[in-house]
Amino acid sequence: MHYGVILNDRRSLAKIGSLDAAPYKGAPRAPVLYIKPPNTLARPGASIELPDGAASVEVAATVGLVIGRAASRLRQADALTHVSELMLACDLSLPHTSYYRPPIREKCFDGSLILGPRGVVADISALTLTTEIDGEKVDRFSLADLIRDPVQLLVDVSEFMTLNAGDVLLVGVLYRAPEARPGQRVVIAAEGLGELAFSIAERAR
Amino acid sequence: MKTGRIAYLGAIHAVSEAQDGRVRLADGRTPGEGEFVWLPPVEPGAIFALGLNYADHARELAFKAPETPLVFLKGPNTLIGHRARTRRPADVAYMHYECELAVVIGKQAKKIAKQDAYDYVAGYTVANDYAIRDYLENYYRPNLRVKNRDGCTPLGPWLVDRADVQNPMNLKLTTRINGKTTQSGTTADMIFDVATLIAYLSSFMTLDPGDVILTGTPEGLADVRPGDVIETEIESIGCLVNEIVDDATFSANSK
Repeated sequence: MHYGVILNDRRSLAKIGSLDAAPYKGAPRAPVLYIKPPNTLARPGASIELPDGAASVEVAATVGLVIGRAASRLRQADALTHVSELMLACDLSLPHTSYYRPPIREKCFDGSLILGPRGVVADISALTLTTEIDGEKVDRFSLADLIRDPVQLLVDVSEFMTLNAGDVLLVGVLYRAPEARPGQRVVIAAEGLGELAFSIAERAR
Repeated sequence: MKTGRIAYLGAIHAVSEAQDGRVRLADGRTPGEGEFVWLPPVEPGAIFALGLNYADHARELAFKAPETPLVFLKGPNTLIGHRARTRRPADVAYMHYECELAVVIGKQAKKIAKQDAYDYVAGYTVANDYAIRDYLENYYRPNLRVKNRDGCTPLGPWLVDRADVQNPMNLKLTTRINGKTTQSGTTADMIFDVATLIAYLSSFMTLDPGDVILTGTPEGLADVRPGDVIETEIESIGCLVNEIVDDATFSANSK
C-alpha cells in the first residue's frame, strides 16, 4: 500500500495559516496520513484522466520511502535500515483547501499517484524536487524543509501501523501545490533520482 | 455458499462451510474449531469504510447526517480473522467496536449505475471496525491513528455469496460484550445503501475484485476492556468473535 502525509513541511504550515479555529481546533499532533489505494498507481509517461467535473489538478512532487523489510515500532537509530530505496513520485489531488475530512474523491481517482524512478541517496534532506508544467518551472521543494524527517516519520507512523516490504511512505506534499490543466505536461525531477514526466489527458469530447 | 480462509497444519487453505457448520478444506478434511486459525476471508486491495452512515449513530456522535458518503480508507495491516485478539493500549480511555456489514466486490467496477451495482458484489462478511477515540484529530478525520491500527479490524468468519442474501438492506446487526447485547440495529437504517456506495465510489475510481466496503455502524457504541469478548453478528452473514487484550498480554512473547 502507498501512504502519504500532509502538512509535513514548514512552507505548507505557513501557507495554511492558523489552525486554532474550527474545524481543526489546534495543530496536528500525529502525522496526518492518507492512503493511495492500488487503483491510483500510474507509470511514467501516463496520460491521466481527471474525474468528471474537474478543471485542474494539484501536482505535488514528493519522494517515497520504499520499505524493504517489515517496520513496526521503529526506533530512531535503525529506522532507515527498513528503507530499501527512495522513489520519485507525483501525488495528484483535486484542489481542496479543507483538510477536515478524508480526501477520497480528491486523492483516490485512478492514476492519481505516478511512480517515478527509484534510487539510493545518501542524504535525503539534501534533495530538492523541481516541478515543471509545459516547460515552465513552477515549484521547488527542498526536503530540508520537512518537519518530521524520514526517520521521525517512520518512528511515528510505525508506532501504530506496520509498514510491510513493498509499502511506500511518501514524505510530504505541499499545501496547494501547483495546478495543471487537461492537455498539460508535467515533469518532476530530483538530482540523484532522475525525472518523472506525465500529462493530464484532454477532455474526451 | 460460504467461503473462508484458514491456516492449518502449515498451509493456508481456502475453505467452505460443511453441512454441520465445520470448515471444509478442498480435499475434504474438516478440522475442528481450535485446530486451525481463521484468516480474513478475502485479501483486499482497497478497504473502504464509512463514517456516520446510520442516522441514529450520527446523532449519537452529535453530527448532522452527511450529504455525500463520508468515506475513509484502511490498509491491510488492520485486518485480522475471526477469533483473534485486538490490543487495547494501556493509556487510552475510550476504545469502541463498530459492527458493520462488509461488502466484497466481485468484478471490476467503473462508473456503475446504481441499478446495476449488485452485479459487482461477490458477497458479504462481517467487520468490527474498532476505533480508539483518544487519538481522534480534526485532520482527514477519522484519522489513521484512530482507524488504521494493526489488528483493529476483525473480518469474517465467512464470505457469504451474494446469491444467498435475499436483501442485504434489511439485516439485523447485533454486538455483544461478554454475552450482553450492547448494540442492536438494522441495515435498513443506512443513509447511503450498498448500491449507492458502489455507484458513488465507482464514479471516480475503479473498484477491483476483493475490494471491501465497510458500510458503517448504527448507534450503541461502548467501551471495550482487556478480557472482553466481543461478538459482532449480522443476520444471515455470521457472528465474528474477537477478544480485547492489554499490552502485556499482546506483547507477552516480545523480545
